[in-house]
Amino acid sequence: MKRKITGGYTLKAPMQRCSWLFMGPVVAAFIIGFVWPFIQGIYLSFCKFQLISDAQFIGFDNYKTALADASFRHAFGFTALFAIVSLILINVIAFAVAYALTQGIKGSNLFRTVFFMPNLIGGIVLGYIWSMIFDGILQRFGTSILLDSKLGFWGLVILIAWQQIGYMMIIYIAGLQAVPEDMLEAAKIDGASRWQTFFKVTIPNVMPSITICTFLSLTNGFKLFDQNLALTAGQPFTIGPDGLPVKQTEMLALNIYNTFYGQNSSSTGVAQAKAVLFFILVAAIGLIQLYYTRRKEVQQ
Amino acid sequence: MNTKNTLTAERRRKNILSVVLAAICIIYVLPVLTVVINSFKQNTYVKIETFALPTAESSAGFQNFITGMTFGNYPFWKSVAYSALITIVSTVLILLCTSMAAWYIARVNSKFCKIVYYLCVFSMVVPFQMVMYTLSKTADTLKLNTPWTIPIVYLGFGAGLAIFMFVGFVKSIPLEIEEAASIDGCGPIRTFFSVVFPMLRPTMISVGILEIMWVWNDYLLPYLVLDINEYRTIPIHIQYLKGSYGTVDLGATMALILLSIIPVIIFYLSCQKYIIKGVAAGAVKG
Repeated sequence: MKRKITGGYTLKAPMQRCSWLFMGPVVAAFIIGFVWPFIQGIYLSFCKFQLISDAQFIGFDNYKTALADASFRHAFGFTALFAIVSLILINVIAFAVAYALTQGIKGSNLFRTVFFMPNLIGGIVLGYIWSMIFDGILQRFGTSILLDSKLGFWGLVILIAWQQIGYMMIIYIAGLQAVPEDMLEAAKIDGASRWQTFFKVTIPNVMPSITICTFLSLTNGFKLFDQNLALTAGQPFTIGPDGLPVKQTEMLALNIYNTFYGQNSSSTGVAQAKAVLFFILVAAIGLIQLYYTRRKEVQQ
Repeated sequence: MNTKNTLTAERRRKNILSVVLAAICIIYVLPVLTVVINSFKQNTYVKIETFALPTAESSAGFQNFITGMTFGNYPFWKSVAYSALITIVSTVLILLCTSMAAWYIARVNSKFCKIVYYLCVFSMVVPFQMVMYTLSKTADTLKLNTPWTIPIVYLGFGAGLAIFMFVGFVKSIPLEIEEAASIDGCGPIRTFFSVVFPMLRPTMISVGILEIMWVWNDYLLPYLVLDINEYRTIPIHIQYLKGSYGTVDLGATMALILLSIIPVIIFYLSCQKYIIKGVAAGAVKG
């Protein structure tokens, strides 16, 4: 039986005497690397500033400007569509491949090794590999991925699918291998067809993996940055209603980056407001989806 | 007779699956092969005959690799060295500090511990863009903008997942082992390093793999924090080369991309088992 930690744990008092040693480094670094920047970020989103030292409180103006920004709205629509399309594509293929690989066919290990490999290559490098490939194909048709936002969209989808299918596949394989053998056997003895077994036994049992994978691929889709920067960098551009350029394949993270470090140095406050909105969006998706899919899981 | 039929049908089904998967496998490897063949071609041929093997006419031999070494007025080996330095130091620092903190959090479990723990869990859902501006300014002010000090920034921003995974594991270790050590006269520091630390090995490997994959491939954090005229990691270097659009030597870029993928693939093939386990553990818990 597992014991609960009570006052009786003999090491507790001596540990507390050297808490600075155990907790000190992490707490200090965590404050520098997360807590302080986070609080400061929230505060600055309500300020007008070019340097942090000259920040002036201006209320919700940055948020109003951010929400009225045509490029930000476009980036939101583009990112949402991208996240949903890639979510479906990645998970359907990853699940199918994982299912096939758990059927005991020859070469399963080799296939698994190859499918997972792209995950270890960084986003920037992947972006340039694919940009060369797409250029090589599309120049035969006299076009380029930088000229057509539809091509840019599907280019990004293909890239991200190539990268993440292997990752999701690993999680699905772990889930599929945990389906109790006797349940499958019982279904077979009861005369269930292959499809019935699949939908009534396998799927409910791998529901936790499905939760994790949908959650991961959706937030990954929303947070995508490196690949976006390397493959299209937001091109092609059009002119928005306010006369400013709208980058057609720019996703949210890249839009925030460009607002921070772009030519307009007075828009840092707006960029920080966009970043806060982005954070709320990503955190909310995570929570909602987790809540929604957890309900469907098999009770254990 | 009937069972024999279903068996052959089963075997045929598996063979078809094998063939389909092998085909997908080939499609999967093609992008990397394209990099390999193009790293041996002259610049102009990369663009017009991307998928052709290098011929006597289009081949550049090893010239691309030689050009690549000093490409962009920055020695490539330096960015490899900085990437390796930052990755190794950050990973070691994260593993050591977060495992100590996680043990303390799980065992002492005071109010302060709970606050730190929940802040760590919270930090996992915060996207980097939320803190990138303020974080890079803070790092600048504190002079954390060199390859030797940037691991502290990685420890801070990456602590969340590591603490979360370690705390989960420590809670599953029975208290009796540690208590026995303390009765034998071990203080907390010795108990941790000679009793707890060795038991954390499986989680150490998982966390280590996740951190290595993250730090080695990370682009934005080092780009914003480091002075990039002096210090470039591999992703920063490659982005910099392609950023100067139009004049770029594609053959040499592909040679550098190939050189930067080779260590990753060797690392992958040699610790494949741990990598796949680590990724599955990280995802299931995260």
